[in-house]
Amino acid sequence: MSDLTSSPLGSLAYDAAPESRSVAKLRESYGLFIDGEFTDPSRHQSFVTLNPATEESLANVAQASSDDVDRAVVAARRAYETVWKKTTGAERAKYLFRIARLIQERSRELAVVETLDNGKAIRESRDVDIPLAAAHFFYHAGWADKLDYAGFGPNPQPLGVAGQIIPWNFPLLMAAWKIAPALAAGNTCVLKPAETTPLSALILAEILQQAELPPGVVNIVTGDGSTGAALVDHPGVDKIAFTGSTDVGRLIQQRVASSHKHLTLELGGKGANIVFEDAPIDEMIEGIIDGIFFNQGHVCCAGSRLLVQESVAEEVVRRLIRRVDQLRVGDPLDKNTDVGAINSAAQLERIKELSAYGEIEGATRYASSCALPDRGYWFAPTVFTDVSQSHRIAREEIFGPVLSVLTFRTPEEAVAKANNTNYGLACGVWSEKGSRTLWVAERLRAGVIWANTYNRFDPASPFGGVRESGFGREGGRHGLEAYLNV
Amino acid sequence: MTTEDRGVRLPSVLTRPTVESEAQLRALLGALSGVDAVGAEARAAKLATRSLKKSTKMTAIDLAISMVDLTTLEGADTPGKVSSLCAKARRPDALDDSVPSVAAVCVYPDLVAQARAALRGSSVKVASVATAFPSGRASLPVKLLDVRDAVSAGADEIDMVIDRGAFLSGRLGLVYDEVVAVKEACGAAHLKVILEAGELATYDNVRKASWLAMLGGADFIKTSTGKVSVNSTLPTALVMLEAARDFAETTGALVGVKVAGGIRTTKDALRYLVLVNETTGAAWLTPDRFRIGASSLLNDLLMQRVKQRRGAYARPDEFSAD
Amino acid sequence: MSDRLDVRKTYKLLVNGAFPRSESARSYEVTDAKGEFLANVAQGSRKDIRDAVVAARGAQAKWWAATAYNRGQVIYRLAEMAESRREELAEHVGLAEGLKPKPARESVARAVDRMVWYAGWTDKVAQVFGSSNPVAGPYFNFSVPTPSGVVGVLADQNSSLEAFVDAVLAPICVGNTVIAVASERRPTPAVLLGEMTATSDFPAGVLNIITGVTGELAPILASHEDVDGIDLAGVDEDFADELALAAATSIKRVLRDGSGAPLRRLRAFIETSTVWHTIGQ
Repeated sequence: MSDLTSSPLGSLAYDAAPESRSVAKLRESYGLFIDGEFTDPSRHQSFVTLNPATEESLANVAQASSDDVDRAVVAARRAYETVWKKTTGAERAKYLFRIARLIQERSRELAVVETLDNGKAIRESRDVDIPLAAAHFFYHAGWADKLDYAGFGPNPQPLGVAGQIIPWNFPLLMAAWKIAPALAAGNTCVLKPAETTPLSALILAEILQQAELPPGVVNIVTGDGSTGAALVDHPGVDKIAFTGSTDVGRLIQQRVASSHKHLTLELGGKGANIVFEDAPIDEMIEGIIDGIFFNQGHVCCAGSRLLVQESVAEEVVRRLIRRVDQLRVGDPLDKNTDVGAINSAAQLERIKELSAYGEIEGATRYASSCALPDRGYWFAPTVFTDVSQSHRIAREEIFGPVLSVLTFRTPEEAVAKANNTNYGLACGVWSEKGSRTLWVAERLRAGVIWANTYNRFDPASPFGGVRESGFGREGGRHGLEAYLNV
Repeated sequence: MTTEDRGVRLPSVLTRPTVESEAQLRALLGALSGVDAVGAEARAAKLATRSLKKSTKMTAIDLAISMVDLTTLEGADTPGKVSSLCAKARRPDALDDSVPSVAAVCVYPDLVAQARAALRGSSVKVASVATAFPSGRASLPVKLLDVRDAVSAGADEIDMVIDRGAFLSGRLGLVYDEVVAVKEACGAAHLKVILEAGELATYDNVRKASWLAMLGGADFIKTSTGKVSVNSTLPTALVMLEAARDFAETTGALVGVKVAGGIRTTKDALRYLVLVNETTGAAWLTPDRFRIGASSLLNDLLMQRVKQRRGAYARPDEFSAD
Repeated sequence: MSDRLDVRKTYKLLVNGAFPRSESARSYEVTDAKGEFLANVAQGSRKDIRDAVVAARGAQAKWWAATAYNRGQVIYRLAEMAESRREELAEHVGLAEGLKPKPARESVARAVDRMVWYAGWTDKVAQVFGSSNPVAGPYFNFSVPTPSGVVGVLADQNSSLEAFVDAVLAPICVGNTVIAVASERRPTPAVLLGEMTATSDFPAGVLNIITGVTGELAPILASHEDVDGIDLAGVDEDFADELALAAATSIKRVLRDGSGAPLRRLRAFIETSTVWHTIGQ
């Protein structure tokens, strides 16, 4: 009996089951994808992109200057005026279908590259990121020749050149979320991938070449924040779409305030995952785990605040911690890995700093007992209990595998606590009682509400926030509005 | 948080509740959490992507072999067929004595004596289905006679079926009383209670029936008879394993789980082992607490075992067809 | 005409269903289009904006929680009130905008018709802007339009009633509550409309109207962090740029131009809330 009680779950130890790295045929260096070709940056500057799981260098990537951004915008404008504007919706659709298929064909390679560059577990890049990216192109392809029926009146027009800035948490998926609707609606794009995760977007550039997308319709400029700023400020850009932190989003909104640029922002969040006492307990525990540890918690809509009804709090926390201990943390390329590496040293620092505050402010910290690799950026899945609404870990977005557990007594209180934030991106509700779930959902100030599930995404489902989580939607009929002059 | 809190946590004393009335049973089962079908299926599907390699795979294959209830439940069964199955059970691979024996041979009651004789001197148990298997549509005295018949012929284990009709029509007390009566009739024989999950239709029912069976004294709860269109599925097994885990934590009693029906490949079997591994943990990774009812599965496990050792696939004819 | 002395009206603010003088106790002189004295109108202050935002925030959840049918009835009741006081409104619109009686009456008629139009929108919004989304999985997934919350409106400086009605009723009919800064030089039709809300079952705080100096009031409204969206269509470009910059601090929804595409104004302060629920036995 005693060895039963002391044996952790998962005693059938799994041998390493790594996905083969060789399918990722990376070049030594990558130029800027402008006007259909890879070109050298004007100032011949480049930076190294690392594998965050090992700190090994993966490739050199060009640093685009404002001159390069200008070249890209000019190419996008020319492509818009001379080619894309004249391309019928039906033809645009066919390009998008082609891209979708090419992503499917190269899915294994893309999954490995994504995992190498981002640090996320291969199971997730293989089963979530890449299939969803393909699905996004597939879904939006169908809209390209049906915009008249999208509910914005007859013959809705594109905006022109879209400048798109994406984050490092879902590199290819975010590129797909941006490019697919923009092209479907008839815009051309200049995309700036995140500094730490440029590689899958550059493979996407190869795919666009293979799809024979006309030069200049999509341009991809890699670089740091200065590249993004140059894109935001460029007078030739008609629309800025940004996904990233609320702080940067605020700066961008300020920078475009005196221009006529259209703007959509998908920013941070501090999602509440609300657990009622009648929740389906096993699936709820999995949902909490998915909500905060999916993609190492590098998810703007993460369920980073667990609001659990007091009557079941002890039981939920006990089961949750047991489950946290089961998470397999380590080599992201291993097919059995549940939680991969933190994307960068800087992000790791931020997670460590905010977590330290959790303890300083009196919360109880529980970290998974998993062993962490020696090299690379790692953070053990962590749960804080005894958290108050006023604690920093309950208010600030940590963007890491750190869950704050709070309690409530009544549905009213749950809603009040969930809404007590400037953010409003996503929330979860767990209950077997439909009427209460809908009552809560109706009152939550959030763009996405998952009931008895969490972190589900689909190209047909509009995604985006309210309040300081941004404005505009991506996905679904609603997402088209961001790229049409309506 | 101490290490004791990290795995399945058993109470210090056995506290298996006694059920005194149908109302109490109803209350106990009614207090169980619901199962969200989508979540349960998603969890099972996710675990099915686990990749077992090298030594893990070797260990798992041998473990799976040792958990097989090698089964023949056909109207055409004969003493000869049972004898050859028993020979296979004792020594699954004639050319390799490092292959473990299977857990049990599972037959109809009238062939128990034959199996008993053929397995004498081995560790392989004799299991018998009973209680008017597979439909269970007989009166309780007939069912009990069926059980006693098998036990007296030498069965170590009895696989009974619950009265699904009674369960679905809400006569939970009747179902419970039958389990209790069969358990008593089993005497020293272990009781496996077949829920026939495919006929219970919902995971909520599977969870309730699991608890009912465990409260009634089941040593094992078993997914299916293998005789209906929906047999064992990964999510069903997941829900039953969760029930066994929670029952252990509540009462201190460790009840085994048996999956049966449609499990034909090594891949299928290993997926079940992963479920066990990550749901109930180490304590259930033994033939004492996990069984796989199957027939053709055994040869596939043997083939894969050879492949792992040899690095090349074997001919199917290398293994006896029983 | 008798030689009876007029009883003159004091033009006050509308905050939380009440008609206070400005918290600052100041007023300013409003003239008609010919430059003749029309009225002393309350000159709203920073604190009036603050109070109005508190009132609008306080009213918003309840206004949104009311049934769409009920919201439609309330707005329709406003149209009824306006209809019965068309002459008075026309007189004020005529004075404010320098219109002859006939075009003034026509303008009021259009404004009232517009109110009726919005009254009919309340229970159409969810169907027109909402959707059921065919996701690839066992989930019931639907998107519903929800209000942004509290919306600031800088009313058109010229169109004293028609544009005002559009600017305030569009956000209100979709469930927002509004703080409107009336046209600085032509505020009286808006004030009259505000008075009519008192007899149209408008819950207190749903529509708040501040009169005064737009240049003073607008930055306070635009920078107020508890305001979720702002309609800048009523001010000139340069000023709108400045206000948009202030609005960015709290990531406000900003409407620069309410014209153009159909329903742009109606969509401007709508969020989309998408709910997923598992489907299983």
